[in-house]
Amino acid sequence: MAVARGNVLPREQVHEKPLEYQNPNQAVKILGFWIFLATDMLLFGCLFATYLVLRTHTDGGPTPHDIFDVPGFTIETFVLLTSSFTGGLATLAMRNGNKRQVIGWMIVTILLGLTFIGFEVSEFVSDAVQGATMQRSAFLSAFFTLVGTHGSHVSIGIVWMIATVIQLWRKGLNPVSARKVFVVNLYWHFLDVVWVFIFTIVYLSGVVM
Amino acid sequence: MPEALKHFTDTYLMWNEGYLIWISDILIALTSIGIVATLTYFKKWKWLWKEWLTTVDHKKIGIMYMIAALLMMFRGGADAMLLRTQLASPNSKFLTPDHYDQIFTTHGTIMILFMAMPLIFAMFNIAVPLQIGARDVAFPYLNAVSFWLFFFGAMLFNISFVFGGSPDAGWVSYPPLTELGFDKGPGENFYLLSLQISGIGSIATGINFLATILKMRAPGMKLMKMPLFTWSVVAASIVIIFAFPALTIALALLMLDRIVGTHFFTMLHGGDPMMYVNLFWIWGHPEVYIVVLPAFGIFSEVVATFARKRIFGYNSMVASLLLISVISYFVWAHHFFTMGAGADVNTFFAVASMMVAIPTGVKVFNWLFTMYRGRISFELPMLWTLAFVPNFIIGGATGVMLAVAPADYQYHNSYFLIAHFHQVLIAGPVFGLLAGMYYWWPKMFGFKLDERIGRIAFWLFNIGFYVCFMPQYALGFKGMQRRMYTYPAGMGWHTLNLISTIGAYVMGLGFLFIVVQIVYSMKHGERDVTGDPWNGRTLEWSLPSPVPHYNFAVIPQVTDRDMWWLMKQEGRADELRKFDAAAIHDIHMPKNSGRPFLMGLAFFVAGFGFVFNWYVLAVIGLVGVALTMILRAFEWDDEYHIPAEEVLEAEAALGRV
Ligand code: HEM
Ligand SMILES: [Cu+2]
Repeated sequence: MAVARGNVLPREQVHEKPLEYQNPNQAVKILGFWIFLATDMLLFGCLFATYLVLRTHTDGGPTPHDIFDVPGFTIETFVLLTSSFTGGLATLAMRNGNKRQVIGWMIVTILLGLTFIGFEVSEFVSDAVQGATMQRSAFLSAFFTLVGTHGSHVSIGIVWMIATVIQLWRKGLNPVSARKVFVVNLYWHFLDVVWVFIFTIVYLSGVVM
Repeated sequence: MPEALKHFTDTYLMWNEGYLIWISDILIALTSIGIVATLTYFKKWKWLWKEWLTTVDHKKIGIMYMIAALLMMFRGGADAMLLRTQLASPNSKFLTPDHYDQIFTTHGTIMILFMAMPLIFAMFNIAVPLQIGARDVAFPYLNAVSFWLFFFGAMLFNISFVFGGSPDAGWVSYPPLTELGFDKGPGENFYLLSLQISGIGSIATGINFLATILKMRAPGMKLMKMPLFTWSVVAASIVIIFAFPALTIALALLMLDRIVGTHFFTMLHGGDPMMYVNLFWIWGHPEVYIVVLPAFGIFSEVVATFARKRIFGYNSMVASLLLISVISYFVWAHHFFTMGAGADVNTFFAVASMMVAIPTGVKVFNWLFTMYRGRISFELPMLWTLAFVPNFIIGGATGVMLAVAPADYQYHNSYFLIAHFHQVLIAGPVFGLLAGMYYWWPKMFGFKLDERIGRIAFWLFNIGFYVCFMPQYALGFKGMQRRMYTYPAGMGWHTLNLISTIGAYVMGLGFLFIVVQIVYSMKHGERDVTGDPWNGRTLEWSLPSPVPHYNFAVIPQVTDRDMWWLMKQEGRADELRKFDAAAIHDIHMPKNSGRPFLMGLAFFVAGFGFVFNWYVLAVIGLVGVALTMILRAFEWDDEYHIPAEEVLEAEAALGRV
């Protein structure tokens, strides 16, 4: 089993199977997580379906066109995509066995995630102030639920990343912590993919139509 | 103060709702006091906590699932008796209309979600790791979490009867009837939250068993060498993984409508109730396959074992399992043919529904061909399997009748439907899982259930079953609708209803005989000393009964299907029963943990808070949930190892070294 010497793993161990897969116990956990992601994907699939059915049901209230703010959601998208990239860099650093870099990139990712949440909260608040609340129409119920579910996933991801960083800092890089780093980043990429759908199906087609 | 007290008892204890509630209150109080007193008297609290509540051993979790499921079968059965008593005569006032609504709702919900589901999970847990030669499931801790989520979800559902009021809008809980505007009471909240909590546990179980079977099989056990029950668990797990998210969303959105005031399914502000109906049945139809596929798996094991033959058409058995799980996704709209979807949609769903009959027919024929020229021994598991066949043929035929969309306009929501689905749900999951219970009982507990009492139970249950449900087909044709509280005299329905009720009581008696059988056999049941009481074919029968907690002292090498049978035929059985001391090594096992139980409790508290909109309580519960999860993340040291000497000692005591 690989043990970290200082912050950097010995070279020969870096070049076998990726660290997170070296221990079969950890490999099973990664498979389980992939299956979990499939269920989460279906969860979002149902929310998207609901949104598509209800998006024209505005009941005379605000329409997508009225409330979507192009610069706002463009920045949000940019921030989240960047965070996914930095999360990828964290995984890469983990593969290279460099603990300090992993922690560094994960902190950057966390900060970008917080920025994203900040933008989203301010968007929601400004919508609500204009009277576009979840209770106003079926369209708004579906919109806030879909985007809000994604946002709560991101928030959970942030707490999870913080917990992972603390563990990494305390226990160093080894197959267990490597698996944790890998899995949390997988989750983060998944949220990014979901966001791409939200961006196109909700925001882009909302302002275009 | 008395004013406040009166308000409390009236609102929450429903003290003015009549004797049914008082009786239940008193029974619950007495049972609880009885349990607490017994545990205290025998000083069993510590034992309960250490051996059961904190266990992560799949075999014990399986047993807990089974006990809980049998209790729920009792509760759901008691509901059924009450309903049938009410319907036995015209203009009956035995129940109030409100209670009738609550009871058919809780009966349906409990039978499907809190009886059939845990019973299949019981069998998953009891049999799968042993059949595939594994020491455990992939995620033992998560397995315990799943169980406690189911358990506390079921508790939350059950207390609704005496605390605040039960749901009363049917087990499908359609909006807008279930929206706040039409249904103020907490019953609907109980329904939504308890299903949600146990549903999360079910998804986790699906993931767990799929990963277990894909990754933890003994060396040499290729997919096409797996026992058929294990295959059926693969199919059921895949369906769980694909279906339950739709239920999660349906329940969550309805909950938002009720608690937050959104408008997904209301008639106001643009909501669309059909969206709920679709989401519900995208889960709901696959759900009936989730509970029946494992039963099919059990029948395959039982038929091969008791006919002493290799199963006929193994490949087509696997293919049909997988095919059924795929087709089950393309039939959901047959539950609302009459709701105006149009001819094209109805045709598609009608044809798809009928197509399910094909792979199912393949399975039935394979079982029959396996029995053909076999040396069949008619022990209890085989009896239930045989009883399944004619039932399922009738149930399947009436199902195809229902799938004819234009004809469905006639039978829709009539007693014809009630008869049909009870016939398939009882013959499939209930008979199948009882067969499984009898089959694996010696493996779980080390003794067989008494054959004689079991036969009495079997015949009572079966005869009662036909007497109860056959008349209902006729009632359906005579125009009696489902969920009718009562009916006037002179409709020509009375005699048939009376017969049906008598049948229900006979079934109830059959259930009581099963209880008697279990109690009697604990003392007098035949002990299983060989570990292989049925002359079985698969790996679990190579182990002693009950199985040591590490399952296999040495992981077997698999070269063939029906490995254990083959080894017995070739006289090599001792290879799996006698080990060299040198072959035994240290074994890694997961540590017990109290956290899954506490997490379930925290979910219960949160759910209870939301039911009554007591948000402080809800937040306390949610904080508990978060805390247990975070603590788990920081727990690194969750395994211990059993030293080789200890395993050696245990195996020597069993005479296996
Ligand atoms: C002793 C055996 C049983 C009897 C006598 C029985 C009887 C009944 C009765 C009288 C109803 C209400 C019909 C109505 O008024 O509409 C009903 C509904 C129902 N039963 Fe059973 N039942 C039995 C077992 C089961 C089992 C084993 C299951 C499932 C595994 C089940 C699932 C349901 C469902 C889903 C409903 C529909 C509830 C609703 O309308 O919302 N039952 N049953
Ligand atoms: Cu169906």
